[in-house]
Amino acid sequence: MATVERTLHLRGGRKARRRLLTNRLAEGVALVAAAAAIFVLLLVVYSVARRGASELSWGFLTKPLPLFGLPGGGIAPLIVGSAIIVGIGALIALPLGVLTALFLSEFARPSLGRPVQLTLDLMNGLPSVIVGVFVFGLLVYGHMQSGIAGGFALSVVMLPLIARSTQEVLRLVPQTQRDGAAALGATKARVVTGIVLPSALGGILTGTVLAISRAIGETAPLLFTTAIFANNVSTDPTHAMPNMPVQIFIWSESANPEDHARAWATGLILLLFVLVTSLLARTALGRWRKKMGQV
Amino acid sequence: MSTVPATQRLGARSRFRARLGDRALLVLTTLGALITIALMVLIAYRILRGAHLAISSFGLSFLWHTVWDTNKGIFGAGTLLYGTAVTSAMALIIAGPLGIAIALFLTELAPSGVRGIVVSLVEMLAAVPSVVLGLWGILVLGPFVAAHVEPWLHDTFGFIPIFSGDPSSSGIFIAGLVLAIMVVPIVASICRELFLAVPSELEDGALALGATRWEMVRGVVLSSSKPGIAAALILGLGRAIGEAIAVTQVIGASNSPQIHASLFGGGDTLASRIAEQFQGAVTKVQISSLFYLAAILLVIGLVTNLAAQLIVRRFEFQRIGAD
Repeated sequence: MATVERTLHLRGGRKARRRLLTNRLAEGVALVAAAAAIFVLLLVVYSVARRGASELSWGFLTKPLPLFGLPGGGIAPLIVGSAIIVGIGALIALPLGVLTALFLSEFARPSLGRPVQLTLDLMNGLPSVIVGVFVFGLLVYGHMQSGIAGGFALSVVMLPLIARSTQEVLRLVPQTQRDGAAALGATKARVVTGIVLPSALGGILTGTVLAISRAIGETAPLLFTTAIFANNVSTDPTHAMPNMPVQIFIWSESANPEDHARAWATGLILLLFVLVTSLLARTALGRWRKKMGQV
Repeated sequence: MSTVPATQRLGARSRFRARLGDRALLVLTTLGALITIALMVLIAYRILRGAHLAISSFGLSFLWHTVWDTNKGIFGAGTLLYGTAVTSAMALIIAGPLGIAIALFLTELAPSGVRGIVVSLVEMLAAVPSVVLGLWGILVLGPFVAAHVEPWLHDTFGFIPIFSGDPSSSGIFIAGLVLAIMVVPIVASICRELFLAVPSELEDGALALGATRWEMVRGVVLSSSKPGIAAALILGLGRAIGEAIAVTQVIGASNSPQIHASLFGGGDTLASRIAEQFQGAVTKVQISSLFYLAAILLVIGLVTNLAAQLIVRRFEFQRIGAD
């Protein structure tokens, strides 16, 4: 009698049914949340692609910027400028980031390692508009805007990203390899330059590509450092250089629908670059990680 | 000390050279690390020095004064603090639960084939440049929300002051939505890592005791990750507070940025005011006031980050303590 009652209670009781229903509901909510995020991503990509693609042409990619209020023109100066600015940023951030990461993973005592780590975390959380204001105060105020100032601003954005990914990569280099080399009589410097860095190189470079793809879309660090520029292709980083994010921002604030079309098309180029590089880099990093895991 | 036999054979000269290499590398990496610290200190110093004039002329009352008059040279951040608080709170209210739910989907529900794809799609959402998201915000999201969502909210919940205003295609409401889109991937990816770290013995134990999946999640996964979730939300909040470009594009600062209850009206935040006015600023007081805004942002950024770190550290300590 008692057992029957208990079985009944477990199978069909109102409480059990409610528990299962709550469970279903929660699972449904989680599924819908994930679907919503993907939906928003696809919607943004679709909007940009649909509106941007109609404007894209070979001429758009290769011509100088349109003169104010006139139709036509292209974005060649923006592409060249963005490449140079982000290149300058990478040139500064890569060595500094790798050295900092090496210091943390190979040399640092906790007493000095902790503040360095904290600095990296704080820098990573720094709003990018602050970086723009900082570089304006340091390099632009009293002088003038320049590609170098813009590149330096982007390097502040990239530095913590590169340092962090390098740290992660260095951690994956097996300790046994370091110990083995040391046991064979290699000095610390030989271990680092001969064993650790070569096997981490792929991972470091992929991390750098990720940092570049993040930095190239940053507008705020460039808005006060390299935003007043000429219409032509410029390769001189001592003057303000045209670049994609700032020009998209300017066009998006305009009331002219033609400028909106240009903003969409430039946005499409930028978005494609960012999404493709970050996807490729992430895939490469995943593969590299797996490889290091097998060693 | 494994180097002893080798160095003995190498002789004094090459031993010296080997040591020199070690020293050089140590000095070089230490230098790199010190430059990184120096850079961060320099950032804080420059911002504070730029803000010095405004700090000395307006003092702390800058924080609650609401007048920002470029002609008279009177500046206060009250309106902007309000705008920042409202937009980022709205972003967090929307993105917090969404991000946590996505992380739960990824760790507890999704089959392994789907999981990888969803993870990279969420990461791609984080990779969308803010200027592109802002462009989409003013030209696509804003008009849609003004035509369909805001009128509905107004008609249904109009008795609540925040939904009382007239619909508008740019304003605080749109800014909150765009910020929410930016915060979701941050919360989702941090929470996913947290949930992955929950010991599977605990999860299996709960399931073996007859808990449904949701009961297991609530009782084991969520309750054991509470501090971590708090840290994730704080980091997301920091991101929302500091975002300048996308907010500038969609918040409609031109139409009367005053303190008003309605979410549909225009507004302005600390970060967006800097982005709007920095280039056009002429007077020293105005530039310095904008530096002051940056200084406030810097302090908020440092505090949110430190708070998140502190919570995480305590949390780790607890976990280790429990083992």
